[in-house]
Amino acid sequence: MQKINNTAKNEIKLIIKKESFEINFFGNWTAVTANQGVEELLSNLADHPKIKKLTFSTKKLDSWDSFFMSQLVLIIDFARNKKITVDIKSLPKGIQGLLALAYSVPERDGARKQKKKTSLIELIGKSLLAAKVELKNLVTFLGDLIQSAFSLIKGTGRFRFVDLMTYIQDCGPGSLPIVSLISFLVGLILAFVGALQLSLFGAQMYLADLVGLGMTREMGALMVGIIMAGRTGASYAAQIGTMNVNSEIDALKTMGFNPMEFLVMPRMLALILVMPLLCLYADFMGMLGGAAVAIGLFDISSTEYWTRTELAVQFKDVLVGLFKASIFGILIAYSGCIRGMQCGRSASAVGDAATSAVVTGIILIVISDSLITIIFNQLGI
Amino acid sequence: MSQACITIKKMTMAYGDFIIQRDLDFKINQGDIFVIMGGSGCGKSTLMMHLIGMIAPSKGSIHYGNENLWGSNASNQRLLLNKTGVLFQSGALLSSMTLGENIALPISEHTELNKKNIQEIVDYKLSLVGLSGFSDFYPSEISGGMQKRAGLARAMALDPEILFFDEPSAGLDPISSKLLDDLILSLRDNLNATIVMVTHELASIFAIGSNSVFLDPESRTMIAEGDPKKLLKTSKDERVIKFLSRSKKL
Repeated sequence: MQKINNTAKNEIKLIIKKESFEINFFGNWTAVTANQGVEELLSNLADHPKIKKLTFSTKKLDSWDSFFMSQLVLIIDFARNKKITVDIKSLPKGIQGLLALAYSVPERDGARKQKKKTSLIELIGKSLLAAKVELKNLVTFLGDLIQSAFSLIKGTGRFRFVDLMTYIQDCGPGSLPIVSLISFLVGLILAFVGALQLSLFGAQMYLADLVGLGMTREMGALMVGIIMAGRTGASYAAQIGTMNVNSEIDALKTMGFNPMEFLVMPRMLALILVMPLLCLYADFMGMLGGAAVAIGLFDISSTEYWTRTELAVQFKDVLVGLFKASIFGILIAYSGCIRGMQCGRSASAVGDAATSAVVTGIILIVISDSLITIIFNQLGI
Repeated sequence: MSQACITIKKMTMAYGDFIIQRDLDFKINQGDIFVIMGGSGCGKSTLMMHLIGMIAPSKGSIHYGNENLWGSNASNQRLLLNKTGVLFQSGALLSSMTLGENIALPISEHTELNKKNIQEIVDYKLSLVGLSGFSDFYPSEISGGMQKRAGLARAMALDPEILFFDEPSAGLDPISSKLLDDLILSLRDNLNATIVMVTHELASIFAIGSNSVFLDPESRTMIAEGDPKKLLKTSKDERVIKFLSRSKKL
């Protein structure tokens, strides 16, 4: 008789009877109490190549659960591999029943996933191919979008007017608090950093110019763009993504609706309409932030500040900002909606879609902002 | 007579002022396959949510053995609920994890087994529900019926004494549905578990149900209890017979 572990709470003893082995289980074989499995027993059995038959004894087995069953399955699998006969008749009825259940559906051939190592070149190739597909998707979506826009202009496209109003309500007035806070603070920071430098030359007077031009031409639109990409772009992706998960988009298609017109166009229109207004508001809040620094810290009078602003900022500067804001609106709606439409059918896919919508949105905003700035500079606008 | 494992005493379920069911008073015995039945919208699933500690009853009490589920503190309630496993209607597998990880999650949380032993239990559980070898698959990669069976494997991960099923055969073809019924029977017989299921699949109710409660959406209370097969023969309530006989007997 071989005793494998004397101190364990759960024990196994192997009784050898010529070519037949009896495996005796002792103690508590439960997931919470057990401190050993059957690895040692299996390596022991492997040392006896002549063994023909395995039997079990559970007379001293106090308690058992799935841990015991999983270990029993290991022994039986091992025996089957070595072509050893296994006799389970001495096991309690419940255990026999569970074993029968466990072996009732054999593993399908090739069911298990093969883990393959991917080489670096394969990885690069795969990501290039994926990038190609992604580019194609982006362009296709853009094409669909333009088509829908045309059918809307022609009057054949349709969406619910009330949807448009809801989206305008959500991304316009709904985002005023955060736009107020961020643009006020951005104006304040611009003024503070600028004023410190300007005061070196005694040119604090030009603070209003700096903040006014900075906000209207650049920062107002950019900040609103980034806020809305995080707020509205992510929400569009999550909304449309969840609709995708619930097959709502398929349902719309079967009812003869074009999801592009029905879901994407009202969202995009809402952003195109609201973004310039938000941008205008952000410009003003930024200047207010600048004024707070100028008046509070650098002894510039309120009249002086606003007069300088009026002189420095021309109407075309404001228009540049508004133009940028509209473009950003299109880009945010585009990235939010495309990620939503591409969304997989699970909870984590919705999260991925929202993340990806924000990332794509911000990247597109920053790239287009640089391009517009360069082009306008060349054109002398 | 077998021992009561869950006792519901004069319970009222309500969302705010809106009463869903009142005066529920019944026992679920050890080893029962207990069916909660009734027409759509009568509060079957809500009753299950009460039994698994997701919603507190607005009146009355639920007892696991002798302990009041909602009378004790949160940690004691958790201990009582550790004896239960729940299969949700859609399987409710965590989509960001593989089937294996889904099943391993409760085991690694509640035991101190090493990874290898946990994986062995996972493989065994998957084999019980006929999904040997599918450990590395994500829920989105398998069919609805398989998701349901994987959900069952996860519900059984900690060898619960009481298993709850919400519409187990919804969305399954008749053969898969029959296989699931057989599986439930086999689990009850071999593990001596108690099964509580919400269903209106008559085939399942008669094939495996050993005890039941019938909720009525109109009067908002239970109008029958007992073995569904006997109910069909002996009940004098029109609504119960209509439900159990698909309106044929009337």
